[in-house]
Amino acid sequence: MGVAVLLKQVPDTTAKISISGGRVDEASITKWSISPYDEYALENAIKLKESGFGDVVAITCGPSRSAKCLTEAAAVGADRLIHIISESPLDSIQVQSLLSAAVKESGCDVVMCGKQAADTNSGSTGPGLAASLGFSCVGGATEVSMDGGVASATRLGPSGMEEVEVGVPCVFTFDKGDSELRRPNVRGIMMAKKKPIDIFAPDDLGVDVSNSMVSIKSHSSPPEKQPGQKFVGSDSIPQVVSKLREEANVI
Amino acid sequence: MNITVISESSNGSLHPVTAQLVGAASSLGGSITVICPGGIGSSDAAHISGVTKVISVEGDCFENYDCSAWSESLSPLAEGDLLLSSSSTIGRELISSIAASKGIPVVQDVTSLTGGLLATRSIYSGKAIEEVSISPPCAISLRANSFESAGEGGRGEVSTVNVSQDVAVAVKQALAKASERLDVSEADIVISGGRGMGEPANFSHLNEVADLLGAAVGASRAAVDTWEEIPHSMQVGQTGKTVTPNLYIAVGISGAIQHLAGMRSSKFILAINKDPEAPIFGVADYGVVSTWEEALPVLKEQLAEMLSN
Repeated sequence: MGVAVLLKQVPDTTAKISISGGRVDEASITKWSISPYDEYALENAIKLKESGFGDVVAITCGPSRSAKCLTEAAAVGADRLIHIISESPLDSIQVQSLLSAAVKESGCDVVMCGKQAADTNSGSTGPGLAASLGFSCVGGATEVSMDGGVASATRLGPSGMEEVEVGVPCVFTFDKGDSELRRPNVRGIMMAKKKPIDIFAPDDLGVDVSNSMVSIKSHSSPPEKQPGQKFVGSDSIPQVVSKLREEANVI
Repeated sequence: MNITVISESSNGSLHPVTAQLVGAASSLGGSITVICPGGIGSSDAAHISGVTKVISVEGDCFENYDCSAWSESLSPLAEGDLLLSSSSTIGRELISSIAASKGIPVVQDVTSLTGGLLATRSIYSGKAIEEVSISPPCAISLRANSFESAGEGGRGEVSTVNVSQDVAVAVKQALAKASERLDVSEADIVISGGRGMGEPANFSHLNEVADLLGAAVGASRAAVDTWEEIPHSMQVGQTGKTVTPNLYIAVGISGAIQHLAGMRSSKFILAINKDPEAPIFGVADYGVVSTWEEALPVLKEQLAEMLSN
């Protein structure tokens, strides 16, 4: 029993992304944070722990710098920290194989993560991990509570917000909900600094990451916009509306 | 190349993005099989030009959405070198799950795809573009409105497969109905409001303009965070939705970097803001320096007049 919460370190959403030599210039990014949706997963995992549901195991997969998000998770209450060190880009199957091995190692039967990460915006990890572990999957959850072996979750389904029930083992991916994210207190921060991190290389987990079926050819900046036309005052609206039809041809 | 397309449905019928998926598949060449979860829209799918075969997958598990149950039902039928879906919420989840069960990688939200398999997608919510080369077999989800739709006139052969998959996720109760409004990620025109709208009730003015244009209504993160009446599902930008409509109208939105990331790739941008220095004007094709109180009534009147002619 226990909750594994998957955290990805991404550039802070306020960061400017610049390109150098056909790749995103990571060295120019000054602030790295836990991906925002993952923070909701972490908050919910801590709440489950407070309601008596086992320990919280925080897991990240990424380069050395990502250890920081584990320490941040420990500061708000994560009990065990696992860092899968990977310095090179991985495809979805490689990420899921690594995380799957780490979740098995942790013994957790509930997994929580964000619905997508703020860097790749993909959203492949949660449902993919569920399939590779043979767990059920509830996506886009905003709140999850446990009663015995049954979880109750609020999610945005195809026909609106709904409450669903699902048995464990299960993976939940989180959307932004009404939950207030807790901030660590000084004692939490001090304790977290001393918390050991269990480090695994892909080899330790028996996963071969040497051969990827997806390779990055290049990164580039989005095309720059030409300077637009500017008008002053609501009197200009009729002119703008006719331009939308005549020039832009969009209405 | 043998390509399998997972169809997309909405409100009990085939979603138009399905024809775009087939269009993208056709441009790569090869045979195209369309799989219809729950059998929805299978006869319409067969009429899309270029479709070789349609598999209508029917069973009780399709009554409510259960990612694992759907994926386990569809996975054995999803054969071939390339698997395509839409990058809607369900499309992404399903294709991730199916790809994982087959042990193949998935690349999400692709906006262009060429033979030899080169795919382009935006990363960091539009702050950068990534080009990847992919070796099949693989799975790819495609962004709506980025690919030409295949036409009609196809005569695909339809077969039905009945599945009896156990469901794990049970819907206990509906808490709130989905908005009747078009979703920002699907609309050709989006009109969004920011904190400059003053109070959430004023979004009714945006709704009125949206009704005239058949547009979706969005919001900035500042508006969503400030007012609980404005749901997160409306949020455009990083940590919200990335949109690429033909026309994006930003009203009372200053243009924080997170917001610009989510909408700067729109084809045309009209910004209305009272602050002439607002960063939103830096990405706008047409900028109007005005309060929304003055601008929106004129905009409504002009649009109503133009569209009635």
